[in-house]
Amino acid sequence: MAGAEVSGTDAGAGVGAAAVPGTSTADASGAEWVVDARRWGWRHAGRRAPAVSGLDLRVARGERVLLLGPSGSGKSTLLAALAGVLGGDEDGEAQGELLIAGERAQDARGRAGLVLQDPDAQMIMARVGDDTAFGPENLAVPREEIWRRVDAAQRAVGLRLDPDRETHQLSGGQKQRLALAGVLAMRPELLLLDEPTANLDPEGAVEVRNAVAAVLTDTGATAVIVEHRVDLWWPLATRVVVIDPGGGLIADTTPEQAAGELGGMLAARGVWVPGRRAAAVFATVSVAEPGTASIDPVADAPLLVARDLAVARRRGAPVQTGIELDLRAGEVLAITGPNGAGKSTLALTLAGLLPPESGELSAGDGLAAGAGARPWRWRSRQLLTRVGAVFQNPEHQFLASTVRDELAIGPRELRRPRDEIEARVDELLERLRLAPLAGASPFSLSGGQKRRLSVGTALATRPRILVLDEPTFGQDATGWAELVALLDEVRAEGCAIVAVTHDHELIAALGARELRLAAGPDTAGGDTRLPAAGSAGAPVALQDRARP
Amino acid sequence: MSAIAARVAAVNPVARLLASVPLVLGLVFTIDPVSAGVALALELLLMPLTGIGWRRFWRVTRIVWIVAPLGAVTILLYGQASGAVLFSWAVVHVTEGSVLLAIASLLRVLAIALPAVVLFAGVDPTDLADGLGQVLRLPQRFVIGALAGLRMLALLHDDWRAITLARRARGLGDHRGPGALVRQCFGLLVLALRRGGLLATAMEARGFGGDTPRTWARPSRFGRAEVALIGVGALVAAVAVTAAVVTGSWRFIGG
Repeated sequence: MAGAEVSGTDAGAGVGAAAVPGTSTADASGAEWVVDARRWGWRHAGRRAPAVSGLDLRVARGERVLLLGPSGSGKSTLLAALAGVLGGDEDGEAQGELLIAGERAQDARGRAGLVLQDPDAQMIMARVGDDTAFGPENLAVPREEIWRRVDAAQRAVGLRLDPDRETHQLSGGQKQRLALAGVLAMRPELLLLDEPTANLDPEGAVEVRNAVAAVLTDTGATAVIVEHRVDLWWPLATRVVVIDPGGGLIADTTPEQAAGELGGMLAARGVWVPGRRAAAVFATVSVAEPGTASIDPVADAPLLVARDLAVARRRGAPVQTGIELDLRAGEVLAITGPNGAGKSTLALTLAGLLPPESGELSAGDGLAAGAGARPWRWRSRQLLTRVGAVFQNPEHQFLASTVRDELAIGPRELRRPRDEIEARVDELLERLRLAPLAGASPFSLSGGQKRRLSVGTALATRPRILVLDEPTFGQDATGWAELVALLDEVRAEGCAIVAVTHDHELIAALGARELRLAAGPDTAGGDTRLPAAGSAGAPVALQDRARP
Repeated sequence: MSAIAARVAAVNPVARLLASVPLVLGLVFTIDPVSAGVALALELLLMPLTGIGWRRFWRVTRIVWIVAPLGAVTILLYGQASGAVLFSWAVVHVTEGSVLLAIASLLRVLAIALPAVVLFAGVDPTDLADGLGQVLRLPQRFVIGALAGLRMLALLHDDWRAITLARRARGLGDHRGPGALVRQCFGLLVLALRRGGLLATAMEARGFGGDTPRTWARPSRFGRAEVALIGVGALVAAVAVTAAVVTGSWRFIGG
């Protein structure tokens, strides 16, 4: 455990001194590689196919590896293994060798620090100071040294918070920076980031990226980063490694080469490469030209109308007011805006899951079809064919024990014939690339697969309106393209789509019109409704791109 | 007085826990009105020293004032009959003995519960965990694990709401009754286990769960103030028991 012990003399030097820990550590163990994987592989218990296999990878001190690969290629599994949290024999079966600075990864506790995707899952202690101190405590760092490290780590990620501040009050970006500080305070030799910005809005993502950039610059730390937002993270990388889902690596190269001559090949394999997003989409699927739906949206009566609508998760606490919108068959409406603007609450309200706080929300005759004009009063079964909802956190809507059953829940509730249900489920499994996982638990899927499955559950009953909360989070290029193609297809069939999203490419690809919400009434104050003029600084700009 | 109140407020949660132990031990074996009455009187005299205002006192002890009389009424109506019968109807026998018993048990519940609730109101779980781990030296994995798990309890309510919305969105919201409730509870359990698993991974990633002993970022102090508080608890118990024995009203439970 020599690597975990750092003398207290370098306290003033911040995190840096330890992130490139005493060269003595490396010399003592004789390890020249921070990461050394030799034919390494891992098969999760209960799965037939290995998550990772035949991996050879050596990472030298100070390298910053951007680890890419299609969804489900085992990126997160590799990071968990490097962090020593993959578990023991009952959790799965390992092959080959995986060393951190010459020590077996599962024995090298505290040598590699891991920041995970979900900000809430990483807040371990109730207070900000305690949370950062948690790692050093576990590594038995002396008390005075702990607080020096806490201070240095929080400064390194740009957090200046009262140590007694409660962690649950922080924003998503702050939580992720605090998680990073908690890892830095352990002075790891290797920094592991598993999609640290996947759950954040663009502002939060930039905040976290900048904190990581500052830490890497100050410390010269070794890092392995998994991220789908490649444009954001590319400038930090000194090396790009692409895992092959079939085993081994697709590429191990410089960022210049990966974006340059290898870019086309990588994009075709479903890997995000900067600037090749659109190219990847149109190479793998054929999306109908935006706005060429067979149904003329304007001619039809609206399916759903909102006038002066206020939305709230809890009665009496509106998070957004004065919302005006018409939703017609075959059109796509994108709801955008900063965190806390009430986007998800509006989505749940439009989906008939929350009653409006005030104002009008009414379904047209075409949508209501005898169920009444108030969606929140509809019976649960009546919702199935009218509005389908995909939640922000897919895990919150999983109710079955297998992927196949999950897709069949809706059609079964509608008492559809057995063979029709089977056909619909099989079709969706194919379309969503989930067929090989039909018998797996929904909770065991990768992040991108979970999201595709949740979209599938909503589509299974062919609703007239599809409401999606961040449908493209965590998707690889192929998954993204297929999702866009699928949404475009249901739109062309006359389904209206409402998508809460930060993904501008999605908005462009679907030819969506945009409803931009400003920060909630608490922050903006007063009436937030403004005419549709594109005034950039307005509290709420109702940018209606589709109509003049 | 405010200086004392400040000292009391800063007393280690472990001492707050231990201060009620002599009271419980002293009062739990006897069932007489004198010991409990004396203890309660002393406690109410000492209460202002804790710096708790009356408004806050009523708020945190509300549940005690509801539960204690309910228990007393039950004993009054159905308790062991002895002495003259004052009132009788069906299985209800109110006797002189059951009146005394009811008063004694009312005083007893108040004498044990009030100081415990007041001393323990507003104890920060983190401070308690620090104390349990460092002062009482309970197993560290257990203490820290319980502390981290405790924070997750707050999320259960959010999860329940999310599952309710999910069931409605997925077409299962019309099912009511015990079956649907059981399934929804099961869903909650699945989510809670899932959260627990993620939390465990996050904690392990920060070096938790190793065999080496850990250090504590904040010392949990146990000094004169802590000893004094426990001493006060012991003194109250001693005076109460002595008073009961001297007046001859000491009665062992079941005796």
